[in-house]
Amino acid sequence: MDISLKSVEYRYQANTPFERLAISDVSIDIPSGTYLALIGHTGSGKSTVLQHLNALLQPTEGTVLIGSQEIKAHQKNKNLKAVRQKVGIVFQFPEHQLFEETVEKDIIFGPMNFGVSESEAKRRARVALKQVGLGEEILEKSPFDLSGGQMRRVAIAGVLAMGPDVIVLDEPTAGLDPRGRKEIMDMFYSLHKERGLSTILVTHSMEDAARYADQIVIMQQGRVAKKGTPEEIFSETAELIQMGLDVPEVVRFQLKLEEKLGSKLDKIYLSIEELSAAVSERLKRGVRS
Amino acid sequence: MKKSIVSLKEVSFQYDDQERYALNNVTFDIFEGEWLAIVGHNGSGKSTMAKLLNGLQFPKSGEITVCGLPLNEETIWDIRKQLGMVFQNPDNQFVGTTVQDDVAFGLENMGVPRIEMVHRVEDALKKVKMDQFLYQEPHHLSGGQKQRVAIAGVLALRPAIIILDEATSMLDPRGREEVLATVRDLKAEKQLTVISITHDLDEAAKADRIIVMNKGEVYREGTPEEIFSLDEELIELGLDIPFSVKMTKAFRQMGLTFTKNYLSEEELVTELWTSRLNL
Repeated sequence: MDISLKSVEYRYQANTPFERLAISDVSIDIPSGTYLALIGHTGSGKSTVLQHLNALLQPTEGTVLIGSQEIKAHQKNKNLKAVRQKVGIVFQFPEHQLFEETVEKDIIFGPMNFGVSESEAKRRARVALKQVGLGEEILEKSPFDLSGGQMRRVAIAGVLAMGPDVIVLDEPTAGLDPRGRKEIMDMFYSLHKERGLSTILVTHSMEDAARYADQIVIMQQGRVAKKGTPEEIFSETAELIQMGLDVPEVVRFQLKLEEKLGSKLDKIYLSIEELSAAVSERLKRGVRS
Repeated sequence: MKKSIVSLKEVSFQYDDQERYALNNVTFDIFEGEWLAIVGHNGSGKSTMAKLLNGLQFPKSGEITVCGLPLNEETIWDIRKQLGMVFQNPDNQFVGTTVQDDVAFGLENMGVPRIEMVHRVEDALKKVKMDQFLYQEPHHLSGGQKQRVAIAGVLALRPAIIILDEATSMLDPRGREEVLATVRDLKAEKQLTVISITHDLDEAAKADRIIVMNKGEVYREGTPEEIFSLDEELIELGLDIPFSVKMTKAFRQMGLTFTKNYLSEEELVTELWTSRLNL
């Protein structure tokens, strides 16, 4: 399902003394199957953009296209329920939203809310649990008896069970240990590939953006500051640093090394393996020349 | 001779509803003026340790001594004055309606006279560079700023020890660096003892000493260099190794030789630069 934001503006509490412009002139295309990373400081407008992706917010100017559904400023928009079923959002600390008595009831709540039958919802709950790496034995447990990492997985299973075409992840690994982070990120990546999902990742982690995304959008002060592939974005590091953003560790290392050696490598490398190969090659060649 | 400021002797702890011991026969010392990082995967017992150190829970067996006092229900109020804690979630530890009220809260609890209190609040906020925000409401602050206010709240009580319980894990990179820089300055200036409970291996690499927890037990203890030479073992424990160590390993696989694992990128860059000259 394609999503497209066209010159979107959003003002919180418009036409009141508290009016605040959160985003303006934001245009982003997310063709079906894209893995997009949305990066920016706290307060840059990322979360506001995120809430437009499944029509939780209606733009105050511009248009949001979600599949065939058009959501425009200044008009009443109908059939938002269908949109919300197709675009699943995993909010930050999703485990805070668990509420049911058992894991199973919690997972089937979403799909049943969208009109899926109980037996189908239960079937989906089992599939989703497996996808997040949990066993069926926890279906009858209270979600509140689980560990933090398990709770987060259950919450994610609840979103997957709705059968979304697009999944939006808002800092999905915050607070997890390194192994937990890697497991969750790898899980989303394989779902992205296997189910042909579109994935939109809101993150502070330049490492994750470099590793997983096809496209990166950088937000700054409510506007799109930069768009491009990871290679394009991280080749122009001066700009990122000026915006007060990080660059991936491996890129930062390459820059330090280039400065010390007084010469540049042929391009920016985004993985440790590629960079170490390029540097060793350069060092060895240096001897011969 | 290093002076022990906190000591744990054969400490075990079990939550009421769980069979497994959250901490099992843990013994170690924390020395005055050091920055100790306690690392471990989720559920390794490191947060339980923080709760025991400040008397939010008491051990089922074993003994904890803080600043020379055995920790128990009678000494807990004196010990809490010595040992300030900053928690993970910036939004869960703001109790005041303004920045200065928040910092004053702990002092009011301790019955510090008003004149003294005003002075201490200002002083503490200056130390964390938040003295321009006295009358700000918390929701106007960034996560990093909120955590710095929380640190000021702890500092105002003039503790000897500060515990950071994953205090930077919910912050963005800029906020994280703000908070760590603040604590580093304070430690240098006030000779604080810092206990940092963390997942962030790059932060732990800068500590004086690291304790690795696994399944409620002390798995290893040593300098960052010693700990990070464990390499794959750390990854098996659900942890990670710092970037510069990973990079060194990758270069080794390419046939370059190094004498040690470099814990900072600068060291490794310098080494590569020198090795080029020597080739």
